[in-house]
Amino acid sequence: MADALEADTAAPGGLDRRGFLTWVVASPTLMIAARWGLDVPAADAAQAGVAAAAETPLSLYIALQLDGRVVTTLPRTEMGQGITTAVAMLVAEELDVALDAVDVRSADADPRWLIQLTGLSSTMRYLTGPLRSAAAEARARLVTAAALRWRVLAPTLTTSHGEVHAPDGRRLGYGELAEEAARVLLPLVSTRSKPESQYTVVGRPTGRIDALDIVTGAARYALDLDLPGALPTVVARPPTLRGAVQSFNDGVARTMPGVVGVVPLASGVAVVARTFSQAFAARDALQVSWTPGPASTLSDVDIRSRLRDAIGPRPLPPLLTTRTVEGRFDFPYLAHAPMETQSCLAHVQGTRAEVWLGAQDPKYAQRQVARALGWDLTPQRVTVHVTRAGGGFGRRFFNEAAVEAALVSRAIGQPVKLMWSRDDDMRHGHFRPASHHRILAHLGLGGSILGWHHRAAIPTVELPHGFGDVLTALLGEALPDATSAVFFAISQRIPYRFGLASHELREVPIPIPTASFRSVFTSQVGVANEVFVDQLARELQVDPVALRRSRLPSNSRLRAVLDKVVSVGQWGRALPAGVAQGVAVLEEWESAIAHLIEVDVTRGTPRVLRVVIAADVGLPINPKGVEAQLQGAAVDALSTTLSAGLHIDSGAVREGSFADYRWLRMKHVPADIQVHLVRSDDRVGGVGELGYPSAAAALANAVARATGTMPTRFPILDEGV
Amino acid sequence: MLAHQFILNGQTVTVETPADLPLLWVLRDVLGVRGPKYGCGVGVCGACTSHLDGEAFRPCIHPVGSLSGHEVMTIEGLGAQGLHPVQQAWIEEDVAQCGFCQPGQIMAAVALLRKNAHPTDADIDAAMSENVCRCGTYVRIRAAIKRAALLLRSGAGIGG
Repeated sequence: MADALEADTAAPGGLDRRGFLTWVVASPTLMIAARWGLDVPAADAAQAGVAAAAETPLSLYIALQLDGRVVTTLPRTEMGQGITTAVAMLVAEELDVALDAVDVRSADADPRWLIQLTGLSSTMRYLTGPLRSAAAEARARLVTAAALRWRVLAPTLTTSHGEVHAPDGRRLGYGELAEEAARVLLPLVSTRSKPESQYTVVGRPTGRIDALDIVTGAARYALDLDLPGALPTVVARPPTLRGAVQSFNDGVARTMPGVVGVVPLASGVAVVARTFSQAFAARDALQVSWTPGPASTLSDVDIRSRLRDAIGPRPLPPLLTTRTVEGRFDFPYLAHAPMETQSCLAHVQGTRAEVWLGAQDPKYAQRQVARALGWDLTPQRVTVHVTRAGGGFGRRFFNEAAVEAALVSRAIGQPVKLMWSRDDDMRHGHFRPASHHRILAHLGLGGSILGWHHRAAIPTVELPHGFGDVLTALLGEALPDATSAVFFAISQRIPYRFGLASHELREVPIPIPTASFRSVFTSQVGVANEVFVDQLARELQVDPVALRRSRLPSNSRLRAVLDKVVSVGQWGRALPAGVAQGVAVLEEWESAIAHLIEVDVTRGTPRVLRVVIAADVGLPINPKGVEAQLQGAAVDALSTTLSAGLHIDSGAVREGSFADYRWLRMKHVPADIQVHLVRSDDRVGGVGELGYPSAAAALANAVARATGTMPTRFPILDEGV
Repeated sequence: MLAHQFILNGQTVTVETPADLPLLWVLRDVLGVRGPKYGCGVGVCGACTSHLDGEAFRPCIHPVGSLSGHEVMTIEGLGAQGLHPVQQAWIEEDVAQCGFCQPGQIMAAVALLRKNAHPTDADIDAAMSENVCRCGTYVRIRAAIKRAALLLRSGAGIGG
């Protein structure tokens, strides 16, 4: 299997200056493995270099091929966020090869990967170090192999364009050295990674490496793969969330053209046919009696009142409080609605199973499929191949389609390609939960702010996958409430000097499936905070930018991005009546961002005219990719703040497609979403989730300033009350 | 079961399927043409957008039985003789993120530019608002359409 993890290692590489461990993997051509070593005590680290990779969790590996291509295998999933391009750039930089000589692959599920989870804006934060170290180690061994062959001093050699060069003009391609480099015992040149001042690839705006495949239609998602004989499969699902099959009659469905089989599942009734169209037709001909799901007594109004009731009485204000200002906010359930619906290709044969899907946590997919097949104790019988995903946003931490596909494949004895309809994907997903928030700002004499108390009532966010490692995955499955609470506690804070500040989570048990959504709790808590900061400014009769500036440390990243957006966005410029600006900021995962949004409410429906973003993400490995993520997250935020939200009617989701789940279209989005990067290249900060919360809050703040009324319930254009 | 004959990406194809089978599934499940994507099946997301006699259309709601004598082009046919200027512009503007909607977006843009060599922002809004991009690449799609219009006017490529 091309993307399977290699087992054996030979000579140790060692611990580099940043604390990343590297190994040479026993292989005919050069292969270097690396892990994130900061959590390994120094004494153990020296030992770890000699240990077998089979027993030591890995972060990634880099392999040189005889044709000179460099294959990098990662335990991460490309869902559109551009990690394959950023990774290829780092490898090309350290190894001195052309960008298009680097292939980046997603690894199959394997417990030996230290963390095999794509989320928390963590891919580049975690993998940049190991990538640099592994590539630098590989380069040193290639140079050493050339020196040994030519019998020259290794430090006299240089590298460029995938070749080693000697001072006398001789040159050798990496492919020609790949075998000898694998047998180098000790590199004779430094294995240190390049100083950033010498970068010529990293930090330069670069187009995606998969762009050509995408624009020609050659990019392959799970259901585009060719697995001979794989049969289209769809599932009839209950009208309510988590409803169950009581009884069904497939007499008509089985006789319909193209139908191969009907398979009852816990989640519904699967129909297998020659084409998807025939499968859909037969699905619609099934007669199924459903048992209502556990939320069938709940509608929006009940959920909102349950959440409000969970907020409880006010805490005592700090001493010297003269006045307390209160804000209340309601957020809706959201569907992630990736363009590629939940899909999986599966083939179960005897005691082995193979599945292909764009999973955000392939190890969790492996465990789930194994459990469904009754192989809890032998999950290694399930091979999970990770494909590119048509969007993820948190939805693909769950793998219902893989479980269903494996069960159907086993039942009919043939490979299947199982696809959720758009309606299934909207109405039977795991959702970003609804929430209710109460924020109290305690004010003292002279406009002083003595305290900030935010209590959020949120249905438990299901994190059964944990944070990618074994320990939290076990915790996530066994103690979902605790995992969710821990994640809330570590991720929620306010950056301002607002006296005694606290954030409290009230988890409310509501039997509607949930999942993390881009920026998780911050998509609600962080948005409410920044909207209420503007309300506080109104109460104190100060400019919202001035209030923020005065409460942020002067040398902080946040102050810098706020100042940038205020200056390039021309905060306070003259605008016609009914047009206003809003700002908001966020600091998360070692990155800082500020948004300035202009909105026009003169025609009733708010229309976004302009979005200006300033962000400090540390070293932007690919500035063009960072810009794309921030532009996309802004559209996410504008969509879900303005018009897209789910409604629950007696335990069923009302919205079933993009016709009623009103994601913004071309005509609703401003022609330009400007991104300005404030560079501070001392670290690699998170990017994927960064752009959502303050975009949502800046829009709400602009609407408040344009209309005179602060939005407190989202989406703002909700007509389903 | 009838035989249906039509032209697909310049070649005559014959398929034996029920006449009401939507073209999307003929393309994907019968002919193995996987560029057009399923995004909704009801004609509201545009992920399958292709061309019928040069006009943008939705294979997910178009029965194969009505195609006799007509010409269908999918994303695979667009770049058959080298990249189309719209594809080139898409690469230069680095439009795609997940990429799933982009074959449909590109086909919609090609159809727009064929009718309108100088699309304004309002023209782009009107022509492109039936195609959803969940990753939010609209800003770059708009920029790529403008770039492609320039490329086409300057005579680059095959001229759409």
